[in-house]
Amino acid sequence: MNTTPAPLIEVDKLEAWYGRRRILHGVDFNVNAGEIRVIMGGSGSGKSTLLRHLLGLHKPRSGTVKLLGVDIGKATEREMLEVCKQIGVSFQGGALLTSLSVGDNVALPLREHTNLDENTIRIMSRLKLEVVNLGGFQDLMPSQLSGGMIKRAALARAIVMDPKLLFFDEPSAGLDPVVSAELDELILRLRDALRMTIVVVTHELESAFKIADTITVLDQGSILMTGTVDAVRKADNERIQDLLNRRPREIQVDADAYLKRLTEEEAV
Amino acid sequence: MNFGRPLVNIGRLTVESVAGIGYAGMLLIESLYFAAVGWRVGQPLRIRSVFEQMRQIGVDALPIVTLLAMTIGIMLGIQFIAALSEFGAQSQVVVAVAKSVTREFGALITAILVAGRSGSALAARIGSMSVSQEVDALATMGIEPVRYLAAPALLAMLVMLPVLTVFADAVAIVGAALYSSPSLNVTPTAYLMQTMSLLSAGDLWQGISKAFVFAVLITLIGVSTGFSVTGGAEGVGRATTRSVVLSICYIIVADMIFSFFLNR
Repeated sequence: MNTTPAPLIEVDKLEAWYGRRRILHGVDFNVNAGEIRVIMGGSGSGKSTLLRHLLGLHKPRSGTVKLLGVDIGKATEREMLEVCKQIGVSFQGGALLTSLSVGDNVALPLREHTNLDENTIRIMSRLKLEVVNLGGFQDLMPSQLSGGMIKRAALARAIVMDPKLLFFDEPSAGLDPVVSAELDELILRLRDALRMTIVVVTHELESAFKIADTITVLDQGSILMTGTVDAVRKADNERIQDLLNRRPREIQVDADAYLKRLTEEEAV
Repeated sequence: MNFGRPLVNIGRLTVESVAGIGYAGMLLIESLYFAAVGWRVGQPLRIRSVFEQMRQIGVDALPIVTLLAMTIGIMLGIQFIAALSEFGAQSQVVVAVAKSVTREFGALITAILVAGRSGSALAARIGSMSVSQEVDALATMGIEPVRYLAAPALLAMLVMLPVLTVFADAVAIVGAALYSSPSLNVTPTAYLMQTMSLLSAGDLWQGISKAFVFAVLITLIGVSTGFSVTGGAEGVGRATTRSVVLSICYIIVADMIFSFFLNR
């Protein structure tokens, strides 16, 4: 099917504002079919905001975001629903519905979007739980799972509809090194076995270098570079090297602005 | 500068409340839209979740509604006998209790109770779901959060609150009958028969129509405060309190306005 090389995600000159503060400065961003793209950046670099725009949770104020060829700023409800059925998202905290069991959580997209009978749905959701090594856990409630299991269950829910495009927000946040390494392996396996295109947002260098085909480095709302793992490692940009070598930023203080911030009544 | 502060605050509060009312109105329209034609745009309303909500809002509230309605009925009996016996008009107790319960107290007490039980539960549930990104997760799965969370609650509330109100009316009148029939020298059965003959359909309708309005108020306030939660667990707590206080205020004000127009 993938004979046409049209990218699955096309972002063009995306700008995002939070009140009067600009979060994203004209971001251009393309992801091709079959690749694992890691969006990397420090805290406050705008990577979560970018992700929320990619998921259609925020409508772009200017610029366009196209997912699977559909401009989500202008899409109708129907078109948006079709896009949603073809993407899977694993949120940072898992975001499993706490009122449903793990099995029901995984089965939820199937129950809502397909007319399959209950037996098929049960088998399909258990299959996906097996994929993430959670076979037999379907009757537990999310509150009974550990952090790593919640992430894996969320991943099972994200892939239950066999999406073309999978988003993964901070896979290794709050997990021990072994579990997060296992998750990395799982992500690689998913790409190879199920031919998914995967976008991972993370600030963990090690896991980023392990899973990425290409890396996009975000800093203060702009894209510093997009390239292969080696290219990013060798980049001579100072901010990228700061990120890679865990160097603290050198913050230059503007004396006037500093005084103004201290003395002015209305914080800007 | 200090002159402007209160003015700025008034302006901000006005804008915020208008925005809140607008948001609630939008939720109402969207919920009704998904309930009516959701299945045509791939967002069908699940009958199962409506029934589940009906159980939580209605059936589970029966014991406490019974208790409170019974108490209110007895209380009204006590007060009316005391007040009306001063004029030697004790026989009017039956009509006074019947009309005040069906027109006013049944609907009011039930609504306040449901606001405290289910309105707050809605706000807390949806609030904690937005905090833990569950609402975002629903949206990215292609499940409209309004359709999945708000519409079933609204429908369930619209069915169950009037039903609970009628039930509370009946229990309160029975309570009043049990307390006051000895002092009126009639049997409880005779008291109830007299009540039936005195009540008109209009009296009941007044209470029931109010219950519909209260149902919409409680659901919209609970759902909209829930969806707009920010700031973690503390925010959820604040939203829960806010939804109860706001619902009860709106219920009482709406009740007054309704009583005014229905009794002109």
